[in-house]
Amino acid sequence: MTEYNFAYLDEQTKRMIRRAILKGLAIPGYQVPFASREMPMPYGWGTGGVQVSAALLTPDDTFKVIDQGADDTTNAVSIRSFFERTAGVATTTATSEASVIQTRHRIPEDALTENQILVYQVPIPEPLRFLEPRESETRKMHSLEEYGLMHVKLYEDISRHGHIATSYAYPVKVEGRYVMDPSPIPKFDNPKLGNMAAIQLFGAGREQRIYALPPYTQVVSLDFEDHPFEASKADHPCGLCDATDSYLDEVIIDDQGGRMFVCSDTDYCTARQAAGHKGKDAA
Amino acid sequence: MRPLLSVQGVSKRYGAHIGCADVSFDLYPGEVMGIVGESGSGKSTLLNCMAGHIAPDAGKVIFDTRADGPKDTVTMSEAQRRMLSRTDWAFVHQHARDGLRMGVSAGGNVGERLMAVGERHYGDIRGKATDWLERVEIDATRVDDRPTTFSGGMQQRLQIARNLVTGPRLVFMDEPTGGLDVSVQARLLDLLRGLVRDMGLSAIIVTHDLAVVRLLADRLMVMKSGRVVEAGLTDQVLDDPQHAYSQLLVSSVLQV
Ligand SMILES: Nc1ncnc2c1ncn2[C@@H]1O[C@H](COP(=O)(O)OP(=O)(O)OP(=O)(O)O)[C@@H](O)[C@H]1O
Ligand SMILES: [Mg+2]
Ligand SMILES: [Zn+2]
Repeated sequence: MTEYNFAYLDEQTKRMIRRAILKGLAIPGYQVPFASREMPMPYGWGTGGVQVSAALLTPDDTFKVIDQGADDTTNAVSIRSFFERTAGVATTTATSEASVIQTRHRIPEDALTENQILVYQVPIPEPLRFLEPRESETRKMHSLEEYGLMHVKLYEDISRHGHIATSYAYPVKVEGRYVMDPSPIPKFDNPKLGNMAAIQLFGAGREQRIYALPPYTQVVSLDFEDHPFEASKADHPCGLCDATDSYLDEVIIDDQGGRMFVCSDTDYCTARQAAGHKGKDAA
Repeated sequence: MRPLLSVQGVSKRYGAHIGCADVSFDLYPGEVMGIVGESGSGKSTLLNCMAGHIAPDAGKVIFDTRADGPKDTVTMSEAQRRMLSRTDWAFVHQHARDGLRMGVSAGGNVGERLMAVGERHYGDIRGKATDWLERVEIDATRVDDRPTTFSGGMQQRLQIARNLVTGPRLVFMDEPTGGLDVSVQARLLDLLRGLVRDMGLSAIIVTHDLAVVRLLADRLMVMKSGRVVEAGLTDQVLDDPQHAYSQLLVSSVLQV
């Protein structure tokens, strides 16, 4: 077996990333540039999140990785085993047992605590990018708080679809100051971003940006007075655990077009089933 | 009466080249100033210095702000200057695509400035955008279409609507009719003239086209090699130019 420095990255790199994290925590929602390192996995696999996790983990940590809410996708399994191998940390699939949770596209259903850190994998950190491709200009817009453009995007949504159709990566304003992309989580998760007890860290590897929400930060989803933000989800109970308050994935169950709705957070669903809750599609 | 804009000794060099040199004039509320001169004479440089797009090397550009009265826009903070440029100022580019968001609907283009100053009611924003499309003679049914589907003249009118929706007091225009067909130009000029009159706008309009200043401008400045060589009432300068260069400029046009 190859010898690695603890959690793969050398100490100097981890120090540099920790500094970026601290700066991010000091200026909630502000994108801090950092010198992203090559990681032994492709960018699409969340190298930003992996580097943040690498800079955070200590031998006492318990690590959980979820991908769209699931612990068992290829992506989640390989990131988990990467840190088992390079840091020897304990891993878990139970949200409540983890001290560090790396996630792609979801926030766990169970409320997180002050003893936990949530690390998001971010593909595109710049919320203004889609209408203003010039980085020099978007940086200026952030520094001068010129965020009219964000509402232009929502305006376009309504004019095209009759309602705000943006359902992932729904932009938020942090502490009344910075507009932030919460990564491609469903907008159902947006209300959990605000006032969360856990630290939230966002890492974008290819784009070399880290940003953060310290505990109990005010986070507001952008909207219009006559088209208020709605944290929508599929209007069903979970087919397996009967939960009515969780974000659901639609799953095809046979080749006759049969489908069911199940919790995207597999740990949440499994725990509810173990506690005796039973949905209409449960065996 | 206090000038709306007072330009005092504005100079801008590009290395050893002179962009514009020691330009001074006052613009009063409701007045339209034309700036003419051959290519390279410094018209755009001067306009961009006044509009805050480039920083002059020397001089003051004092604007009579609504809140605090006359303020030098050269030394105010960038945040204040950018706020002016999306509220009290308008800038109409020669090429509509420099002044429009081509990937955004006509309504979104017009609504952007409203949203930038804090309007958050979709229905109101859309209503105002639609009104403005009609004011610039674009059919309201085109509100959700992108400017890429518009003709050159329509794009230019959309650019004007997008700029005027916040009720600015000063409009900067750089060759607003350049590159358009003659008949399209005429319609645009009529529209501009009507808007200037109805809204009581002050404007500074840069152009090669003496017919444009004849129609729109109360006063005229003639530039050569970065300097103003003659200034006066438009009809006076055009009918009785004093400076040799102005005489040449006027006669070369008359020969066309
Ligand atoms: N970015 C620049 N870098 C260097 N020189 C410049 C730059 N912009 C303009 N100049 C020079 O400054 C002078 C004035 O140019 P400006 O563009 O202001 O003229 P203009 O009167 O607007 O011309 P036109 O009618 O062709 O638009 C010219 O000599 C030009 O070459
Ligand atoms: Mg020019
Ligand atoms: Zn479930």
